[in-house]
Amino acid sequence: MKGTCWKFGDNINTDEIIPARYLNTTNTKELASHCMEDIDPNFIKKAKGGDVIVAGDNFGCGSSREHAPIAIKAAGISCVIAKSFARIFFRNAINIGLPIFECPEAVGQIQEGDEIEIDLATAEILNHTSKKKFKFEPFPREMQEIIQAGGLMNFVKKNIAHSKNEL
Amino acid sequence: MGMTITEKIIAAHSNLKEVHPGQFVYANVDICLGNDITAPIAIEEFEKTGIKKVFDPEKIVLVPDHFTPNKDIKSAQQSKSLREFSVEHNLKHYFEIGRMGIEHALLPEKGIVAPGDLVIGADSHTCTYGALGAFSTGVGSTDLAACFATGKVWLKVPESIKFVFHGQTKSWTSGKDLILYTIGKIGVDGALYKAMEFTGSAITQLSMDDRFSICNMAIEAGAKSGIISPDKNTEDYIKGRVGKKYTIYQSDPDCGYTKTYEFDANDISPQIALPSLPENTKPVEDVSGIKIDQVVIGSCTNGRISDLRIAAQILKGKKIHPSIRLIIIPATQEIYRQALKESLIEIFIEAEAVVSTPTCGPCLGGHMGILAEGERALSTTNRNFVGRMGHPKSEIYLCSPAVAAASAITGVITPPNEVVKK
Repeated sequence: MKGTCWKFGDNINTDEIIPARYLNTTNTKELASHCMEDIDPNFIKKAKGGDVIVAGDNFGCGSSREHAPIAIKAAGISCVIAKSFARIFFRNAINIGLPIFECPEAVGQIQEGDEIEIDLATAEILNHTSKKKFKFEPFPREMQEIIQAGGLMNFVKKNIAHSKNEL
Repeated sequence: MGMTITEKIIAAHSNLKEVHPGQFVYANVDICLGNDITAPIAIEEFEKTGIKKVFDPEKIVLVPDHFTPNKDIKSAQQSKSLREFSVEHNLKHYFEIGRMGIEHALLPEKGIVAPGDLVIGADSHTCTYGALGAFSTGVGSTDLAACFATGKVWLKVPESIKFVFHGQTKSWTSGKDLILYTIGKIGVDGALYKAMEFTGSAITQLSMDDRFSICNMAIEAGAKSGIISPDKNTEDYIKGRVGKKYTIYQSDPDCGYTKTYEFDANDISPQIALPSLPENTKPVEDVSGIKIDQVVIGSCTNGRISDLRIAAQILKGKKIHPSIRLIIIPATQEIYRQALKESLIEIFIEAEAVVSTPTCGPCLGGHMGILAEGERALSTTNRNFVGRMGHPKSEIYLCSPAVAAASAITGVITPPNEVVKK
């Protein structure tokens, strides 16, 4: 994952990521076209495929709407780095396969427009603009299994094929 | 070391003798819930797997409550997908309009959730049922789809924070005020990933309706769940509603809390959360006089019968201020009927309020009371985020039904004791 950073503050909520007035559809392209609209109406025009959202604490707080990570993923954003994530957004991102990383140190030292790269093998965020490196904590093994399966439904399918009783 | 009520419920649903915070489990789910916004994605995801049967047609609840009665064609399509899925899978708990209500008022009322249950819902306010002594948490649509297939959910056992409310609540201070006060103290991520356990003499004295309001807003502090140990009030409430066997759990005296907060309820006035986060709380006296355009009394937080009774007590024989639009939404058909029986609806209409059929509508800016640019609402709902109820340049102040009703009369934010003596 490699891209240009867009910075947001603390407590970015799901109403800002995708306002409820657009939740009368499950069409991912339509949802993407309104991504971050109430916080930055031009975001979707400015952001390009592969870009990275970098935010403060409690990113994705508020509603359980999976439309929020879906809109971000469908907008072509490669991953979200935040100081912390609200818990339902966190699990939704894992379940649908939107890569997210918790790294308060990196967030503090990334500026909007910086070019960064994520190295999953070394669990590092590389800031090519400032030439700095940041370590992030990899997810627990059980979550990695869901991520590696390509999301929760693939994980479920795989495991149901193995056994009818086990998830 | 002993376990908290939350740990005990999760352990019992994971076939484990004990669990500890941070542990990863696949828990068996008693009830899973979706609505007309979240269930369509869950249904699509479930159908993509090719699995033909849901895990248990009696444990899935679908409630079209957000954009219903359908506000437009797209919303109608979404509701239709719930209806068709319910018929196809012979779901026991599908609630059509006219028989439904706002999900988090409806499920307890119908006795669908019992103490000791483990409940997930694709709606963040699913934490409401903690008021019954259940572990109950909001999840996403894909979690719901996986649960349709397997009856299970992946969970990290949360740490618990204890909130002790000593003393007794003052006149006009409600469960809503206690939770707004708490969020004001700890912040919107003050309980991130954690279980909030509410206890103390002030909680014991509260009605179930007030307890639902408290647990409902645990999510606004970032919590995974809110919970109150069942007591006589809980047992009285579920009597005649819950038909299944249930288990009452209590926290062990030597269980582990990561933190304990102690508050004196006697010190807590009715609260207002200022735009645009629920943590921006102030006592109502400190912000009285702010002009408002619209007042909403309703939602999964405050649309229950005791909320309507308080509003009616204040509005009785009065007219609302000429510049105010007051929208009152009984949360379920049953609450609506009870309000009719008690002539509360007549009081509201005499006061020149609009009374709506049950819907989440205005709370999330869906329909039934959208705000224009620059308008200001005072609302008994649960979120005051930017643009939540309409135009991104509108504002929302959150409060209890008493403050909402009093302010509808004066046209400005007003402490209830300035309008009526209790």
